[in-house]
Amino acid sequence: MSAVGVADAGRAQAVTRRPGPGPGPHPGTRPVYVTGIGVAAPNGLGLERYWEAVLAGRSGVVPITRFDTSRYPARLAGQIEGFDASAHLPSRLLPQTDVSTRLALAAADWAIADAGVDPSKATDYDMGVVTSTGCGGFEFTHREFKKLWSVGSQAVSVYESFAWFYAVNTGQISIRNGMRGPSSALVAEQAGGLDALGHARRTIGRGTPLVVTGGVDSAFDPWGWVSHLASGRISHATDPERAYLPFDAAARGYVPGEGGAILVVEDPVAARARGVRRVYGEIAGYASTFDPAPEGVREDLPARPGRPPGLRRAAEQALAQAGLTPADVDVVFADAAGDRDLDRAEATAIRELFGVRRVPVTAPKALTGRLYAGGGPLDVATALLTVRDGVIPASGASSDVPADYGIDLVTGGPREARVSCALVLARGRWGFNSAVVVREATL
Amino acid sequence: MPNTTMTLDDLHRILADCGGASEDWPAGEDVRDRPFQELGYDSLALLEAAVRIENEFGVQVPDEVVPLLTSPRDVLDLVNGSAAKTV
Repeated sequence: MSAVGVADAGRAQAVTRRPGPGPGPHPGTRPVYVTGIGVAAPNGLGLERYWEAVLAGRSGVVPITRFDTSRYPARLAGQIEGFDASAHLPSRLLPQTDVSTRLALAAADWAIADAGVDPSKATDYDMGVVTSTGCGGFEFTHREFKKLWSVGSQAVSVYESFAWFYAVNTGQISIRNGMRGPSSALVAEQAGGLDALGHARRTIGRGTPLVVTGGVDSAFDPWGWVSHLASGRISHATDPERAYLPFDAAARGYVPGEGGAILVVEDPVAARARGVRRVYGEIAGYASTFDPAPEGVREDLPARPGRPPGLRRAAEQALAQAGLTPADVDVVFADAAGDRDLDRAEATAIRELFGVRRVPVTAPKALTGRLYAGGGPLDVATALLTVRDGVIPASGASSDVPADYGIDLVTGGPREARVSCALVLARGRWGFNSAVVVREATL
Repeated sequence: MPNTTMTLDDLHRILADCGGASEDWPAGEDVRDRPFQELGYDSLALLEAAVRIENEFGVQVPDEVVPLLTSPRDVLDLVNGSAAKTV
């Protein structure tokens, strides 16, 4: 696991960094190309199958089948069906990987193939890996803990030593593809996936030509499920169609999902030099902010009464870094918490930044559930397809948006629109806010 | 009762069971003196196998000995040699 960086190290950088005024000389703020995408989503394995499902409004939210949920208050999840890990990975990798890592390895394979890269022909130190996971290897660990308390420590798999770990997806992708350039793992609950993309761009700015980046999560064993429930934000609804309704007046929490997206990002000059055939677009801006703990949560921290949430600031800084203004943005992919207070806070940030109903807002994650660290990168992938195909997907079954939210949520079905720039937002529990700006790019 | 003699096939089976089947281990070939690295198994796979070897053959393979086992012959010598003498 020598290629693995220290979890959280990148986050500390992201929090303390002061963004510059625009796409200036700072090496971490130049645009990078997205040249390959791999998607593992509850409503589609593979980029195009996922995109077809999204445009058709097909949902991956189903009753959980991985374990008996009859005694749990919530029973729906965005569950990936039909993923046969042994068809995608060598059998040597199976005893040492959690389902989340298997999905990440497959998605990385697809992204690398999509980019037309042969890692065995490139210099190993010229390729890095930067990923995020919010959960780690829950199912694997649950199984090993069960052995620990029922059989004894001798029965616990030696692979537990890293299969649980936040940096394991970065390490396994690095080892499998011989990528020994600067690599790291970022953890920021459900905002971490966007932070990984931002850090990948920074890594390229510091001189690594190609980085495999993104996020994947899965935690649908009983222990993982209880951990989801502990957030208090999970929908207890029983109708899969209406369980997760972001920005709807009937919003009642969210549905957790599994999967995510892995992207190949490259230095534009290096990508052209290797003869890249196609570019999905560029990551033009990234920023993250942090909200202080609400009053009473942590007595050792100073309360900041009246301080507005940092989501808007993250969006503004990401746009400024891209050298863009709100008027340049053609669509916003919202964090879309599916909780009335959080939805209202996000709607307020979008309304105040763009004006009342001035920009289309969408939340296709209503069809997958929230994928934790996978959610941001999947939204970025979806935004790039929106740029490619000139069509904005709808927000699942959400339809009844309170008028005072003042946002133009895309509902009912896809909306044709020329899109050259998209803003992607993500929030994580405990105060994480992140924003990525993607823009069309030509070779 | 534990078995007393371990064959190359036994070791191959145990490693495949706990570390996954390796494409680098040619079936039916005498790979006794090939390094585990070449056969597709690292020290973690051997650590994992050590517990199974103890259960099946009644021979303890201490953690600190595992890194010294570089080829199948090392494991077979340890298991079959010590099984005859002690434990």
